[in-house]
Amino acid sequence: MTTANVAAVETVPFDVEAIRKDFPILRQQMRDHPLVYLDNAATTQKPQLVLDTLARYYAAGNANIHRGVYELSEKATVAYDGARLKVKQLLNAASSREIVFTRNSTESINLVAQTFGRQHLTAGDEVLITHMEHHSNIVPWQLLCEQCDAELRVAPIDDTGTLQLDEFERLLGPRTRLVSVVHLSNSLGTINPVQSIVEMAHRHGVPVLIDGSQAVYHMPVDVQALGCDFYVFTGHKLYGPTGIGVLYGREDLLEKMPPYQGGGDMIQSVTFEKTTYAELPNKFEAGTPHIAGAVGLGAAVDYLRKVGFDGIGSHEADLLAYGTEAIADVDGLRLIGTAAKKASILSFVMDGAHPHDIGTIVDRDGVAIRTGHHCTQPVMERFDVPATARASIAMYNTRDELDALVRALKRVREMFPA
Amino acid sequence: MSDLRDLYQEVILDHNKHPHNFGELNGADRHADGFNPLCGDKLVVYVNFDGETITDVSFIGSGCAISKASASLMTDAVKGKTVTEARGLFEEFLSLVTDDNAQIDLDALGKLVVFGGVRDYPTRVKCASLAWHTLRAAVEDRHEVVTTE
Repeated sequence: MTTANVAAVETVPFDVEAIRKDFPILRQQMRDHPLVYLDNAATTQKPQLVLDTLARYYAAGNANIHRGVYELSEKATVAYDGARLKVKQLLNAASSREIVFTRNSTESINLVAQTFGRQHLTAGDEVLITHMEHHSNIVPWQLLCEQCDAELRVAPIDDTGTLQLDEFERLLGPRTRLVSVVHLSNSLGTINPVQSIVEMAHRHGVPVLIDGSQAVYHMPVDVQALGCDFYVFTGHKLYGPTGIGVLYGREDLLEKMPPYQGGGDMIQSVTFEKTTYAELPNKFEAGTPHIAGAVGLGAAVDYLRKVGFDGIGSHEADLLAYGTEAIADVDGLRLIGTAAKKASILSFVMDGAHPHDIGTIVDRDGVAIRTGHHCTQPVMERFDVPATARASIAMYNTRDELDALVRALKRVREMFPA
Repeated sequence: MSDLRDLYQEVILDHNKHPHNFGELNGADRHADGFNPLCGDKLVVYVNFDGETITDVSFIGSGCAISKASASLMTDAVKGKTVTEARGLFEEFLSLVTDDNAQIDLDALGKLVVFGGVRDYPTRVKCASLAWHTLRAAVEDRHEVVTTE
């Protein structure tokens, strides 16, 4: 029942116009202009397949999972476990038991901090992160460190937004109990050398969590090849629904970790004297989970694999190169985040124009970008800017849309001369 | 929907570029910090009094054009006013930037009417009102950082 057949994935040749047709929201006009959606790092739009799957689930497949003896409940259970299998294949995890559904990346990280972290940290121990982390990969560790009287160490980045790997290695010490790093930075676009990071950390006997929120929808991820101990991501950035996230954890680690939350579905038996916990991954999924969300995420994974990372990767790399060159044409514009290895993100500031004003002005042309600190205040401080404007790319974006962005930025320049 | 120029009027662009009363007020009677976590705008407002009258007021900080111009025009507007008058002006200003149907005393607002366009941009109301909230905190001698969240 739990091993629903998943057909081998056949990819189709990459065709951005065909892909755009799969995303109904992109047909909208925004302020009398075609919507140019460039806030994908915040959340991506959803393909029709995901929308249909969600509607179909509620219209014809909805029941609570596990334990139901009637057919509809069995059907819902198969759909839910089938989604888990799809995620397992997406990440190439060794087993579905290693895939835990959560609400989002934030919850996945908090789960690891409060179970694995509480189990392994004592006073004077250290957690090592980098300067480019999202607040969701900073604050859970600060909370943990407060609870355990441990210390949070931060590996520096250079002026291009590249992790200083030698400094990182220097900070791996005898007291380091966990490394937690972002795979692809949401405010800089930097792709971290996660393979080297894992190897380095493992040489010191330190497990590694990778925050793949921004990476999973741009590039293939193979957790076994990476050798990482935990990998987290959120569904809504992977063209799936909000409210569903994933924690991948190595089975032997998950086995030894205490539960995160107590409740229904995570138990084997309950008496007032003693409760025994369910097998993986249910041990970490207390209460009725977001069944529809998981099923929708499964559909998003299907969609993504059908399009294929080869096509997505080369299309997005072309857009990033094109966009990087095109916005250089705007006077007084400076990119924040120019690492040699980067993807999908154009974060920038403009002399004489505050990011918030930039965002308002380009919105008048239907161009949606994000402005602010992007939940990475330490990055803003590092680059001595209060905020940046950020255009972030997904598979359905086009060169024409980047031209529209540049035209809109030139209007900003007219209103706010450098 | 209004034109962008209704939001970014010339007066606002001018004050953004050349803000009035920009700088610390040494030995000010009161000051307060304001912060808009949404966009990172930060400012400090300084005030001197003679009895109930605001004799001098200035600000420092960084922010978007709307917040900076608002701080600049605010300092011009409240200088020489009593605390009660300044409070009344703040009320009028808030109505101007938030309430479509308010009876607004345009004469009392004077140059501040240039912020009328903000009403069509709900996400920018916080930018326009940050300086005023911070001024009120300074007048009331509150020491916690004022945030717009």
